Amino acid sequence: MAEVKAVEKVKEPLFGRAEKKLLTDPLNDNNPITVQVLGVCSALAVTSLVYPSVVMAIAVTLVTGFSSLFTSMLRTYIPSQVRMIVQLVIVAFLVTLVEMALKYFNYPIYKQLSVYIGLIITNCIVMGRLEAFAMANKPWRSFLDGLGNGIGYGAILVMVGVVREIFGKGTLFAGSPIELKFIGNTSAYMINTTDSVLFGWYANNNLMVLPAAAMFIIGIMIWIQRSYNTKLVDVS
Amino acid sequence: MMTVVVALVLTGVRQGTESKALENEAIFNKRAVLAAVNDYLGMGEGVTANDLADEKVLEIFDSRVKQITLNTAGEVVEGVLAEKIDMAKEKKKDMADRVLPLFQYENEGETFYILSVRGNGLWDEIWGNIALESDINTIAGASFDHKGETPGLGAEIKDNPTFPGNFSGKKIFRDGEFVSVVVRKGGAQDTTYEVDGISGATVTADGVTKMLHDGISLYLPYLNQARQNSKMESLLIDQH
Repeated sequence: MAEVKAVEKVKEPLFGRAEKKLLTDPLNDNNPITVQVLGVCSALAVTSLVYPSVVMAIAVTLVTGFSSLFTSMLRTYIPSQVRMIVQLVIVAFLVTLVEMALKYFNYPIYKQLSVYIGLIITNCIVMGRLEAFAMANKPWRSFLDGLGNGIGYGAILVMVGVVREIFGKGTLFAGSPIELKFIGNTSAYMINTTDSVLFGWYANNNLMVLPAAAMFIIGIMIWIQRSYNTKLVDVS
Repeated sequence: MMTVVVALVLTGVRQGTESKALENEAIFNKRAVLAAVNDYLGMGEGVTANDLADEKVLEIFDSRVKQITLNTAGEVVEGVLAEKIDMAKEKKKDMADRVLPLFQYENEGETFYILSVRGNGLWDEIWGNIALESDINTIAGASFDHKGETPGLGAEIKDNPTFPGNFSGKKIFRDGEFVSVVVRKGGAQDTTYEVDGISGATVTADGVTKMLHDGISLYLPYLNQARQNSKMESLLIDQH
């Protein structure tokens, strides 16, 4: 008679506290862009308009989530010498799927994002989470971690995009069905600078259209976040 | 093993999505061609090619656009659909082998000739569509696109509707001689044959000038012939 009873398998809750933490940490305390400082390159490039930023954020979230899921499912079968290559194949596979889906559903956005979709493969957040988390954790938790980091990345992208688009072009969600034209020099805009009394002096800030502006904005966001978030003070 | 699975899935998805992706690409290119005649779409005040629904773009193209394929000698080439011509590939061919797309667009009784041109900007290639009015001299409109010009500078050729808008009304022939339109840094001097440059985007603007000159030159054999024909017609009409 087996004296050692099989240890009852601990059933991890689907959405317990630890799981929720995986989703919410990357939003603030462990944000991939402002704290881990990963994936900044694409954040600079696509955020000149909000609509492509949203599409990019969704793409990265899906890729990070599902690649974490697949890598975690395969983690016990991958020999350590080829693990990077296997991770790369998984990520490239998912990014190719995303690219084909974009071509199918929304061709103009695909043309606008062109190279940057392919560059998701090299996005440090994706590989970073695979190495740091998915290789050592269970599939469901890895999936949540991937999604959480993607959402954290997306939040920053949208925030930067909103600032850059409003001050650089005077519109919001240009290029999408819900486009809002705020301030500009023709009558198509809500505030028309050619006849406005209060805002006649306003001209679009061309610096906001260049990637350098994204760098400044992210820098300021890191500064604000570190000042107010006590957990981040003195964290290198 | 994994690569086999991955390859199979990707091929499968590609098969499934390819036809729609190609359709989307065709609609995208047609929209760019129609954007050259934004002022003459006949769809209402201020409605541009970008505002049209996909089906509308296809409908206009099927009903009001006649597609002609030319070679560099000015002869009509049968068997090649103009919309399928890949200007990037044509650019690499020898002059004798190249084919050019010509779109003949009708709106309220007027005919427009839309040409496609391709050239080099600062960082990478630029391309565009130029629409000529029935006198084959006055420009009715233009639309441009680019691969990697700087946002806010070179990219203004596409993002800022004022730039292509400046081409409306300019002429490409002076006293029967082809001079094309020049994008002049510092502002147009001769308002019939020049347009204002873009601040900070001189290289791209010069690229547009060269692209227009070289690109429209390829169509000259056909254009000159067409101008002759319309002159003959008006002479005949005068005689009566």
